[in-house]
Amino acid sequence: MNRFFGFVKKEFQHIFRDVRTLVILFGLPMVMIILFGFVVTTEIRDVEVGIWDRSMDQASISATQKIFASGYFIPAGYLQHEEEIGELFRSGRAKVVVVFEEGFERHLQRENRAAIQLITDASDANSAQLSLTYLQGVLMTYFQSMNQEIEMPWSVNMKSRMFYNEELKGVYMFVPGLMALILMLISALMTSVTITREKEFGTMELLLASPLKPREIILGKVTPYVLLSFVNAMTIVLMGFLVFGVPVVGSLWLLMLECILYITLALSIGVLISTNAKTQQMAMFISMVGLMLPTILLSGFIFPIDNMPKVLQWFSTLMPARWFIVVIKNIMLKGTGFAFIWKETLILLGMTLFFILASVKRFKIRLN
Amino acid sequence: MSLIIDHIDKSFDAVQALSRIDFEVQDGELFGLIGPDGAGKSTLFRIMASLLVPDAGRCIMHGYDVVDDYREVRKIIGYMPGRFSLYMDLSVEENLAFYARVFGTSVEENYDLISDVYEQIAPFKRRLAGKLSGGMKQKLALSCALIHRPRVLILDEPTTGVDAVSRREFWDMLKKIQGQGITIVVSTPYMDEAEMCDRVALIQKGRVLEISDPSIPRDGDDTQLFSLRSNRGVYAYLERVRSMEGCKHAWLFGDQLHVTPKSKDNAEKMKSVMDSWDDPSLQWKPILPSIEDRFMGLMEQESEEHSTNGERI
Repeated sequence: MNRFFGFVKKEFQHIFRDVRTLVILFGLPMVMIILFGFVVTTEIRDVEVGIWDRSMDQASISATQKIFASGYFIPAGYLQHEEEIGELFRSGRAKVVVVFEEGFERHLQRENRAAIQLITDASDANSAQLSLTYLQGVLMTYFQSMNQEIEMPWSVNMKSRMFYNEELKGVYMFVPGLMALILMLISALMTSVTITREKEFGTMELLLASPLKPREIILGKVTPYVLLSFVNAMTIVLMGFLVFGVPVVGSLWLLMLECILYITLALSIGVLISTNAKTQQMAMFISMVGLMLPTILLSGFIFPIDNMPKVLQWFSTLMPARWFIVVIKNIMLKGTGFAFIWKETLILLGMTLFFILASVKRFKIRLN
Repeated sequence: MSLIIDHIDKSFDAVQALSRIDFEVQDGELFGLIGPDGAGKSTLFRIMASLLVPDAGRCIMHGYDVVDDYREVRKIIGYMPGRFSLYMDLSVEENLAFYARVFGTSVEENYDLISDVYEQIAPFKRRLAGKLSGGMKQKLALSCALIHRPRVLILDEPTTGVDAVSRREFWDMLKKIQGQGITIVVSTPYMDEAEMCDRVALIQKGRVLEISDPSIPRDGDDTQLFSLRSNRGVYAYLERVRSMEGCKHAWLFGDQLHVTPKSKDNAEKMKSVMDSWDDPSLQWKPILPSIEDRFMGLMEQESEEHSTNGERI
């Protein structure tokens, strides 16, 4: 045990002495969260709105005026045909189109109900969602103020459609996705680099010629990163709450346990990479290309898995991040308990065992 | 018997790195392995340190086979690789403490063993290992290899890249360590270090050419050996001497040339030619061959078949 703690102590000394390691370990998650904070802004301004007013009566015209008076929206033109909606979106001249049904005012007065359709270009899902929320807010306020003047309350039936991404998947994905990505990156990249560094600098030769057992070397290397990655995971959860208001609806304990499982998985992948890579550069390359890119692209973090070709869908089941994102989304956003994520947890556990066994088996007790 | 090397073969792909290496090292012996780069010294040392598996043959360290009982072997050896292999970002004392803990001991426990070596670098104990000079790095590496009181110390070219004064100090330290009853196997590319060992094996191209005791004076072979000195420096004469008709071979040995004429008659002739060079400080005198001369001769013979360059040393 003394040997093991000696090793862990040495590992911490390496980490806290190397500025680059510290930057990657603590700077990178912060920078990524802040970057996402800029990209996923919760403020909207000057969103271009096209109007297709099929009734051109008093009510629809004053509603249109209200929209543009709100300060959030600017006119992108008045349409005459349905086909123009697509044109407007494709040319990028408008993000939202508001459609008033024919005889808008007449419907309001006679039946006390009329319909407005809000169509958004949801290829940028997040800002589409935001624009819709703001638009609905503006129109609601307007019609409520109208209601005070008449006896029979009007009811406006607003229907929203998200073009290109109807269900608007991926809006709140980024916090679980970011967690999956950062933990995979830090854990796998850092361990694979730190082990190959010992090979590259020749210090592995001395470690091998010592009475240290392979599992002592691996555990000694991995333990500091389990602790540091866990700190990172909690930082992301905290910043997700503070910056984006993403709450942890479910059990925080369950979330922590799942994080530790995923970190262990990522670390064991890192160890496996290091047993195959000869240099730090090679380890970095394998981690980046072999892990980071598939994690970003195939985990459902950015691109919905359902929209992928069948082959890639199959491939995505091999991505640990895919299952971890499901788990985290369930705990954080839906607040479900373990009963709903046991299957994903089991898959993650299985992958972890596989990688640990594979890396211990592949860890060489000699040179070459 | 501390170490038994029993007919070891080792090849990498098509290259035969070691062939039929066979020798034994006694308890408490200071055993040297001398040979040029690429002779296979490091490969042999890695086999001894249980880091490589020989293709054929066995290596027994204090009764433990380095392949089958590698765990036991790793407890009793102190290994210092050819390349400086300590942590550059840890300080001197941190490196030492780490290796002490790895071997389940502490610096205090065995301090008496390393005190001679360590006291020389102790003033710099808070300095990072990466910022030490070559000589100090070697002393630190030696301290780390010794800290767990190994029974056999395996040092792969410890003096390579170290200045002449530090080299001399290093060998003095090895003698003291040997005095503590630790068996030492050491390799070097420097012929002049052969004299420091109890016994020396000359290795070239993966073969041991000869094992000898430097303290036993050797009688010259049929042809005599001469040394040539000059206040102007003899290096300038090297090619000139070599191109002389009666010269068998000539090597630079520190500040002198060692010249072997083809025969006694030729020695006379060479002397008279040299007299005409108009250098009054030129000294030409017969000497007894040292172990270096012997090894140079052996390597020359060996190289002639392969037409390689034996001048490196």
